[in-house]
Amino acid sequence: MALLSFERKYRVRGGTLIGGDLFDFWVGPFYVGFFGVTSAFFAGLGTALIVYGAAIGPTWDIWRISINPPSIANGLAFAPLNAGGLWQMVTVCALGAFCSWALREVEISRKLGIGLHVPAAFSMAIFAYFTLVVIRPVLMGSWGYGFPYGIFSHLEWVSNTGYKYLNFHYNPAHMVAVSLFFTTTFALGLHGSLILSAANPSDGGAVKTAEHEDSFFRDIMGYSIGTLGIHRLGVFLALAAVFFSAVCIVISGPIWSQGWPEWWNWWRNLPIWG
Amino acid sequence: MATYQNYFTQVQIRGVVEMGVPLPRHDVPRIGKPVFLRLLGLMGNAQLGPIYLGLTGISSLLFGFIAFEIIGLNMLASVHWNVVEFIRQLPWLALQPPTPDMGLRLFPPLAKGGWWLITGFFLTASLLLWFVRTYNRAKSLGMGTHIAWAFASAIWLYLVLGFIRPIMMGSWSEAVPFGIFPHLDWVGSFSIRYGNLFYNPFHCFSIAFLYGSTLLFAMHGATILAVSRYGGDREVEQITDRGTAAERGALFWRWTMGFNATFESIHRWAWWFAVLTPLSGGIGILITGTVVSDWHAWAVLHHFAYTE
Repeated sequence: MALLSFERKYRVRGGTLIGGDLFDFWVGPFYVGFFGVTSAFFAGLGTALIVYGAAIGPTWDIWRISINPPSIANGLAFAPLNAGGLWQMVTVCALGAFCSWALREVEISRKLGIGLHVPAAFSMAIFAYFTLVVIRPVLMGSWGYGFPYGIFSHLEWVSNTGYKYLNFHYNPAHMVAVSLFFTTTFALGLHGSLILSAANPSDGGAVKTAEHEDSFFRDIMGYSIGTLGIHRLGVFLALAAVFFSAVCIVISGPIWSQGWPEWWNWWRNLPIWG
Repeated sequence: MATYQNYFTQVQIRGVVEMGVPLPRHDVPRIGKPVFLRLLGLMGNAQLGPIYLGLTGISSLLFGFIAFEIIGLNMLASVHWNVVEFIRQLPWLALQPPTPDMGLRLFPPLAKGGWWLITGFFLTASLLLWFVRTYNRAKSLGMGTHIAWAFASAIWLYLVLGFIRPIMMGSWSEAVPFGIFPHLDWVGSFSIRYGNLFYNPFHCFSIAFLYGSTLLFAMHGATILAVSRYGGDREVEQITDRGTAAERGALFWRWTMGFNATFESIHRWAWWFAVLTPLSGGIGILITGTVVSDWHAWAVLHHFAYTE
């Protein structure tokens, strides 16, 4: 069941970090492992808490369900369940689930004898989430600075937090992060297109080669980064985008609390202008 | 523990220069003598050049240069040709679109948006010529034209912002100014004027595809690097003749999340995510002000925002 034609020979024991052979098995297509168990535990508990939060909250409308953080006045203390405590528990569950998932990816990579690039990359996303809901709130002295867990409520948080600094687009790290997101998407479009255009030739002839890929990009822009390089570049761009996103929010408040447009005055006031 | 993870090239070798696969007879020759750069070689190919220019390439670069120059000279004029002030104020300087009283006039006075329209003409011509170039270069090598159509999606967003929507609104003044901070101001005030773009569902789609593209590239790039020890970076070979690299890459995701793409289909996911980012973004911009004038009110009407 659910086994690819070539899959059986890869389903061997070993590669686990914890638990030896105890959890070294699959459920359908999913590998379990010790961290599969902890992933399921944290994800299940977190989801149940969100559903409970919806049940004691004002709406069952999927767009408006929101698990809100404690009030600012609550500081860094534990909050009552219905006044932000639920948010605190969901945050713990989320971090537990994310870290379990990353470690589960490590076990799967080890079992398959491949590099650890995927869990390493995923760690950057976990770090960005950790920055948003732990580092920045701790630096600012209250869990109330975390963002609410809800579809449109988290957008409203982004919007309100942005306007607190007048125009968030002026945040230099935000500029870098947005540019990197655009660049990553651009590069992904180019890479996906290039492989598809080599594998699906327009002339109806033979499938093209990496030599054609290099020729195409050299013809267009004088440089082809190559089949291996494009994947290094993609990982680098994507991780840098996420890293600078984390930077742009963690400096808003702890380091700079005025409007971001004003931040740029240092440039206009440099002593070199005479 | 510190095993080789293939983030950078450890040993760079220098072979003969690759001049590219032969071009059809109607094409002009490639130009430029290739050089090897150690810095480039750290991450990808060390070879820089040659390049194919041809008529569309040269005219596209020329038109792009003209647009760039008009913008720069207008900014320089706005600080009374003072070069020091130009550098000091550069991020704040702008070439603004025509003023609202000019409506859709094709030839407003130069200082009242005329330069902006001329710049738009040259920049648009440059982009369209570059589109033709991506199409022709692919055809000359017998490859698919996927890059040209992906690029067309980005051109769509550009045209919506500076051409289609202003025409539908009846005024060039609706368009985006050229300039670093000025275009950011435009984005900020656009959102405020139309009741917060976060409630625009096509804006939601666009952001989701933007983040999704970044997620996909991180997942895909990392997967290929992880299986590069089995030759997984030779993707076209793995598509046509599946090897252990493709099998391990597929099984990694199957065992992780119960689903896997193939070496070919991941690039279809990539293409669609990247293309849908500006495609849905363009739709979101186009219907703002023309169809929906207040996104928050729209969201309240459709019961997904609070009235406060």
